[in-house]
Amino acid sequence: MVPVSYYLILSGILFACGVIGFLIKRNIITIFMSIELMLNGVNLSFVAFAAQWQHLSGQVFVFFVMVVAAAEAAVGLAIIIAVYRTRETLNVDQVNLLKL
Amino acid sequence: MLHLILFVVFGAICVAGAINLLTQTHPISSALSLVVVMASLSVEYLLLGAEFVAAVQVIVYAGAVMVLFVFVIMLLNAGEEERTKGSHVAMILGVPGVLAGGLLVAWTLLKRSDTGSVAMGALPGSPKTIGNLLFHEFLLPFEVTSILVLIAIMGAVVLANRPETQNPPPRKES
Repeated sequence: MVPVSYYLILSGILFACGVIGFLIKRNIITIFMSIELMLNGVNLSFVAFAAQWQHLSGQVFVFFVMVVAAAEAAVGLAIIIAVYRTRETLNVDQVNLLKL
Repeated sequence: MLHLILFVVFGAICVAGAINLLTQTHPISSALSLVVVMASLSVEYLLLGAEFVAAVQVIVYAGAVMVLFVFVIMLLNAGEEERTKGSHVAMILGVPGVLAGGLLVAWTLLKRSDTGSVAMGALPGSPKTIGNLLFHEFLLPFEVTSILVLIAIMGAVVLANRPETQNPPPRKES
């Protein structure tokens, strides 16, 4: 038996790591990976609560979160490719104008 | 007891991978440590009894999404990232703030002992029951999700398309 709070703390640690990566990283791809890390942390807390309440809806929500994350990854990486094509850089500090 | 040991081992691998993601400067190293995080998270899902979520986690996240990431990193030939002034400010102000918030959340969760505990494989759902739930109770969200994925595919194709190749010249028949 493991307390549910341990799972929630693990998911909180993962979410905090994602936030810190979002703040300190300057490579746009790594920032994107930090967002995926945050989504994973949230998924873990969904599954932990589903196990606590013996309710299956949590797993279905995790499924939807994964679908949205996959769609987001496809569109986001396409945007990254478009940004790199116009600016020749992946550093977010040099991408500060919406229009060239 | 076995549950706790497995939880601690794979949770430690998970957190180590997440911290490694932050400390590495090359995007490929970060991507590979993210794969480690996702694989050990799928073991945590298995410990909770969510076989379906664990399998989808490995297939979709550790498989498809990370292949996309590694593909883009290789395509754009991304190198080491350089530190700038903005990231130093974020490191001085943001990181302690996030750590303080995380410690507060962890302390609150540990103080409240009525969150209950779960046994190994506590979730009752087999993939069959999840499928039943998905196609009966969550049918409308499921269909909306399919439209979302369709829009995402079209958006990715439009965004990644080169402007000059939108009207490709007719290929010569040989």
